[in-house]
Amino acid sequence: MNYTVPEFEVERNINRCISCGACVRQCSYEVHYFDDDGKTVLADESKCVACHRCAAICPTRAIKIKKYDMAYKEHSNWTPVMQKEINLQAATGGVLLSGMSNNKPYPIYWDKILLNASQVTNPSIDPLREPMEIRTFLGRKPEKLEFNENGELKTKLPPQIQLETPIMFSAMSFGSISFNAQKSLAMAAKELGTLFNTGEGGLHPKLEEFKDYAVVQVASGRFGVHKGYLESGRFIEIKIGQGAKPGIGGHLPGEKVTVEVSNARMIPVGSDAISPAPHHDIYSIEDLRQLIWSLKEATQYKKPVAVKIAAVHNCSAIVSGVARAGADIIVMDGFRGGTGAAPTRIRDNVGIPIELALAAVDKRLRDESIRNTVSLVAAGSFRNSADIVKAIALGADAVYVASAPLIAMGCHMCQQCHSGKCNWGIATQRPDLVKRLNPEIMYKRVVNLIDAWNHEIKEMLGGMGLNSIDSLRGNRLMLRGIGLTEKELEILGISHAGE
Amino acid sequence: MLLREGEVRIPSGCAISAITDTSGERFSGTDIIESIALMHDRSNGLGGGFAAYGIYPEFKDLYAFHIFYDDNDARVKTEEFLFKHYDIEYFEQIPTRKTKSIEKAPLIWRYFGAVPNSKMKKNDYDDDEYTAKCVIRVNNEIKGAYIFSSGKNMGAFKAVGYPEDVGEYYMLDGYKAHTWTAHGRFPTNTPGWWGGAHPFTLLDWSIVHNGEISSYDANRRFVEQFGYRCNLQTDTEVITYLFDLLVRRQGLKLDMSASILAAPEWTVIDNMPQKEKELYTALRTVYSSCLINGPFSILVGSKHGLLALNDRLKLRSLITAKKGSKIYFASEESAIRIICPEPEEIKAVEGGVPVFIPFAEVKD
Repeated sequence: MNYTVPEFEVERNINRCISCGACVRQCSYEVHYFDDDGKTVLADESKCVACHRCAAICPTRAIKIKKYDMAYKEHSNWTPVMQKEINLQAATGGVLLSGMSNNKPYPIYWDKILLNASQVTNPSIDPLREPMEIRTFLGRKPEKLEFNENGELKTKLPPQIQLETPIMFSAMSFGSISFNAQKSLAMAAKELGTLFNTGEGGLHPKLEEFKDYAVVQVASGRFGVHKGYLESGRFIEIKIGQGAKPGIGGHLPGEKVTVEVSNARMIPVGSDAISPAPHHDIYSIEDLRQLIWSLKEATQYKKPVAVKIAAVHNCSAIVSGVARAGADIIVMDGFRGGTGAAPTRIRDNVGIPIELALAAVDKRLRDESIRNTVSLVAAGSFRNSADIVKAIALGADAVYVASAPLIAMGCHMCQQCHSGKCNWGIATQRPDLVKRLNPEIMYKRVVNLIDAWNHEIKEMLGGMGLNSIDSLRGNRLMLRGIGLTEKELEILGISHAGE
Repeated sequence: MLLREGEVRIPSGCAISAITDTSGERFSGTDIIESIALMHDRSNGLGGGFAAYGIYPEFKDLYAFHIFYDDNDARVKTEEFLFKHYDIEYFEQIPTRKTKSIEKAPLIWRYFGAVPNSKMKKNDYDDDEYTAKCVIRVNNEIKGAYIFSSGKNMGAFKAVGYPEDVGEYYMLDGYKAHTWTAHGRFPTNTPGWWGGAHPFTLLDWSIVHNGEISSYDANRRFVEQFGYRCNLQTDTEVITYLFDLLVRRQGLKLDMSASILAAPEWTVIDNMPQKEKELYTALRTVYSSCLINGPFSILVGSKHGLLALNDRLKLRSLITAKKGSKIYFASEESAIRIICPEPEEIKAVEGGVPVFIPFAEVKD
């Protein structure tokens, strides 16, 4: 008895199909198969996740993936999805798991914020004619600079990270994504003058050559953390929380812990890699302070230390505490941020949007006169360059992106990362799938994407009469809300369109 | 109903002009009025003003407060405050001349006072900080009162009207200063509040500005972290606070502060010798939110001297000329030639390159 119906239907145009079997060989979910005659290609659509690998590879465009058309008695509360999830749990007794990010239709504030442009009273600036600066520095800043009698700089600046774009690649561990995917990001970061992030997976020896473009993460499992690792990265990121799953840890199933993953993480092959929900040496802000300063001490104060938290209800007060605890960079990850695996209920119900968290935190740090001393990095689903411009105008120094470069590498948002069967060679450790992703080709697609966004950011800056991203940061007058309530406008610290 | 300056942000175009005598010789306001009057079409009658340095030699060590009052009640309350917080040596109504186009004048008074020793013992900050706090307090808390000038041996004079009429109204031909700056305003809205005219001042800072800065909110939100309140929502106000913060409170040199506001481009910094590169990188990194963006030309008066600064793309005109010991600045060359037909040298101020004229010892 099938209590659930498939989500998708595979439509094969038999007039076009040449029975080449490419779809059979490509589908790791084993949807396509040859009939007993060895010629006719059939499909078990119940396994289809709509990753489109088969459609993309089919030489004759014979395959279409359609929504499975099954009528349910109308009920706006007990939707087919709700029923399906209940049936899954009734069958297994398990926690529902998902990959990628919150897919529920919560408000996306980026789409309710509009940008300004210059007209008459000040001229817009043409980025093709004038220099347009998007160089960004991250790191702790002193409150002021001091000079000696000869006008020479007396103040010694804490370590600063120079980025040639305000866009960095956020944490995705080797383990959650493949070596080839991580290598593509590392290569792209190098070419773009920005950084990729190792996540909690350690740094693979073959990526050592990219260490000047790496952020090394220290998370609750402390996988792969040793002195050399800490010293490899441009900055160290303590991961307290993640937007996709605030309040819980991580779980890399043993079957994904291959020899290479085991080496990078420094754990036995085949053992589950469990990152506990909290760091078991951080039960308070003063404990966090100790870890921050231990890491600084361990790296001779040459590396900025970042702290990443999930955007949750009380994030303003938390971030203020983290800044005072000594973090040089604070990363906030909104509830639309991605993940390799998260319990569905947590992914879809815990945390708050990055737009509101960022606005509130930036304001709070300014009210406390400490905004200028730390760098703020926003994460949690930046879909395009306009989202990024809006985030910087709300107050971010830089942003982290992850889903977007994955899409550039082939991800179709099928949200099955946790299954380890990624047909695009991204979220998998299966050698036959990993080799489908060629870093030499994919890094270039990622570079193209960020280059394009950089150009668009410059166009928007010029339109606003700005020629440096420094003048956009926190410049909320450049933003107007559309269709937002008074309360939302108040939290975002912006006026409504027409005001 | 139209909102008053400070309740709404009003972009405006402008004319600016300045004359300084590097020998410290003082001269009347006749020339500066003539210069700014030539640029009549750059203003629209909704604001004009002047700042003059060296005008009060007899009170040169006292703070000179110029105050607008909406009514007598505001004056009584403000005087109560001033007499409590300062040893006022002299005060009077600022003399004015009936001028046809100047209407709806508020009450305009001036006070000369010193910070009492007894007050300073209680505080751990200096006279300037004390005075800045007092000025901000009066302007924020006493309804109908607005201190529009608070420096020593200097004063601002401003009104709603064309600048040449404002000069006539305040009888500036009768004052002698070693440095004059002037401003004619073209706001794109008409609140008609005298306090909204320029120059904007704080202590001995006075700023006249032509342009509209698109970095305004980034600058405002930065400087407000240091206790300033940008109540007027004008560019000049925020620029004044940036200079006050960097120079007076943080002790940076004026020219270095100018290099923060109109910072060299990264491509230029990248090619500097190592030491210089480090310095400018540090300035841009630490003070990135002080970068002023968009078209501007400003003339900044202070006890240090007169500073002229153009935006780094040179999106606004600003000309300088020299003859004898006098140095001239104006939005248009004609505004210099009208009072100095044959300068020895005349050129455009370069984008992003500050021109600083230190004040000489003033000749009384």
